[in-house]
Amino acid sequence: MNRTPAAAGGVVHGPTVMVRPAGSALDLDLPSLWRSGELLYFLVWRDVKLRYKQTAIGAGWSILQPLITMVLFTAVFSGIAKIPSDGVPYPLFAYAALLPWSYFAQALSRGGNSLVSNSHLLTKVYFPRLIIPLSAVVSPLVDLAVAFVLLIAMMAWYGVTPTNGILVIPVFLVFCVLTALAVSLWLSALCVKYRDVSVVIPFMTQVWLYASPVAYPASLVPDEWRLMYSLNPMAAVIEGFRWALFGTAAPDPAVVAASILGVLVLLCGGLVYFKKMERVFADVV
Amino acid sequence: MPEYAIVSEGLSKNYRLTVAGRRHRHDSLSEQLTEQFRSLFRRNGDRTIDDIFWALKDVSFDVRRGEVVGFIGSNGAGKSTLLKILARITTPTAGVAAIHGRVASLLEVGTGFQPELSGRENIFLSGAILGMRKKEIKRNFDEIVEFAGISRFIDTPVKRYSSGMYVRLAFAVAAHLEADIMLVDEVLAVGDADFQRKCLGKMKDVVTDGRTVLFVSHNMPAVLNLCQRSFLLEGGQIVSAGETPHVVGAYLQGVRRRSTSALEQRVDRKGSQRLKFVGVELRNSSGSAAPHVQSGEGATIALAYRSGTGGELDDVFVSIGVHGKFDENLFDLSTVLQGFTFERIPESGTFICHIPRLPLQPGTYPFNVYCEVAGDLADWVQNAGHIEVEPGDFYGSGKLSHPDQGPFLVDHSWDIAPDDQNVRLSPHAGDFIPIEVL
Repeated sequence: MNRTPAAAGGVVHGPTVMVRPAGSALDLDLPSLWRSGELLYFLVWRDVKLRYKQTAIGAGWSILQPLITMVLFTAVFSGIAKIPSDGVPYPLFAYAALLPWSYFAQALSRGGNSLVSNSHLLTKVYFPRLIIPLSAVVSPLVDLAVAFVLLIAMMAWYGVTPTNGILVIPVFLVFCVLTALAVSLWLSALCVKYRDVSVVIPFMTQVWLYASPVAYPASLVPDEWRLMYSLNPMAAVIEGFRWALFGTAAPDPAVVAASILGVLVLLCGGLVYFKKMERVFADVV
Repeated sequence: MPEYAIVSEGLSKNYRLTVAGRRHRHDSLSEQLTEQFRSLFRRNGDRTIDDIFWALKDVSFDVRRGEVVGFIGSNGAGKSTLLKILARITTPTAGVAAIHGRVASLLEVGTGFQPELSGRENIFLSGAILGMRKKEIKRNFDEIVEFAGISRFIDTPVKRYSSGMYVRLAFAVAAHLEADIMLVDEVLAVGDADFQRKCLGKMKDVVTDGRTVLFVSHNMPAVLNLCQRSFLLEGGQIVSAGETPHVVGAYLQGVRRRSTSALEQRVDRKGSQRLKFVGVELRNSSGSAAPHVQSGEGATIALAYRSGTGGELDDVFVSIGVHGKFDENLFDLSTVLQGFTFERIPESGTFICHIPRLPLQPGTYPFNVYCEVAGDLADWVQNAGHIEVEPGDFYGSGKLSHPDQGPFLVDHSWDIAPDDQNVRLSPHAGDFIPIEVL
């Protein structure tokens, strides 16, 4: 009886898995990722369930957090600093930006720490590891959806009718999710080895906030900085949101295309790095 | 259908150890930067050479479809590493394994459980993480709840469960996985005796279901009970393979050989060491040290001790746990069973435990010694010694029962009563009320 692995793998019903030292870093194993769709659903559902567990106002926090930030921004940037808002009432102007921004900040903080905070799973059971940062990036979308309701209410209150551009919002949203995912892939895999990352994430988010037109309009940015500034994907997302909702100046398509390209490169690099590090997660985490 | 479920060829796994004996890793960037900075000033010759530790070395074996095999070995022998590699949690350094079929790994009880979520939610969450489809979980849901016996608390957060309930639910989820190959690590070492029996029963069902099971355990009776074939791992290598009783025998022999070093020098002990057992001796009926005693003869175990604090000790509880040939618990000899603890004992001395008529079949019976001082564990040594029993005339009839009848010899008598004097016997068997247990 020939009992070499190759011979035993001759006739197979059901999946056969070869366990070996080094696989290709580019093998994304999409079929098994696809089969894990239900797991993704359950992990997102877990995050959503746990987020406001045992809080008095529960999902109300999804609205309160951007709302409070909006009030603060309105008081400081509009009330004191008199920052213009492209002709849109400042609270609305800020809130429309805070929606994608809060999502992004949440996704980054949860995504970056996702592997470490799920280390008890990494060391005990196998499933495609990509599911973990993916679920961390998807779950804050629920907060975004809830907070969106207030935006609609505010627009009705200020009597702002959305332009047809509102149909393009999902496109900017997808772009925002991909950006968050790309950065999270890098951060989460790095964090497994270097816990420094989880300390850096809040600072990074803060710097990124000031580098994005959340509290101020992008039109305030001096022209000579404009091109570099627009390469920040979140600038494109936020400008895109405002354009779609209020018909303010549209972001330059060429610059948006460039930043999409940048994000795709970041995403592919992140995938490769993640897959490369994946093999040692359980040993190092 | 392929004949083999798992075929492994030369699986090996190593870890690099740093000088401190820690796994080679840098928890912070600064650590690595300082390390690299230092290496700049180091001459080529005296670079720290990392030790390579082989957790697993050249392990080849195969498991047929539907077979149940056990992996045994002492801590650090590589059992868990092997399971983790087969489960794809970690990757081997060398070697290859082919696995045919859907794999479920049960390396702990309650993988993926969230204390904040309810029992119902956890069944779905943990089931999904362990690899069950939603419709499979739904199909098995009622059975899981029933097996765990928690139907009343199904919508209560599991953080409010007793530890017994938690473990039962977690095991129930795992036991209902629909996989071809199950990798099981010590999952049975949980819960109370009743539940362990239930788990073993469930495992037997799984086994007779024709599923392939790899079972890693320290529980020799469970391995003997479940596995036809076993492998003994030592230092990351397979050192014995074959029929389970044979392999278990080899393992226990090794354990006993290792534990013959003087009790005082043993380092594999637990407890505060406020009291330390320093010597053990078996004595026969005439009170002299002997290599063996006879069935039915008076036997004495003498345990020499020393106080770790150098003074008298108060409230001392001593116990000897006697084990059988497959390391199963047979009985305890304990001061608490006698209803007392030593109130005050001198700085050093010898505990004397006397068994008037040794009720054991010929054989070797290893024992553990255990001591608490004022309620805290002071010293606990596994396999501290063994009682070697030679045939003796326990019953005064010159007869002993066949060794297959179990290890015990029990004093008893037989009589006959004519019909008119006979007490009406209860038609039910086993209406015993257990006395309060410790």
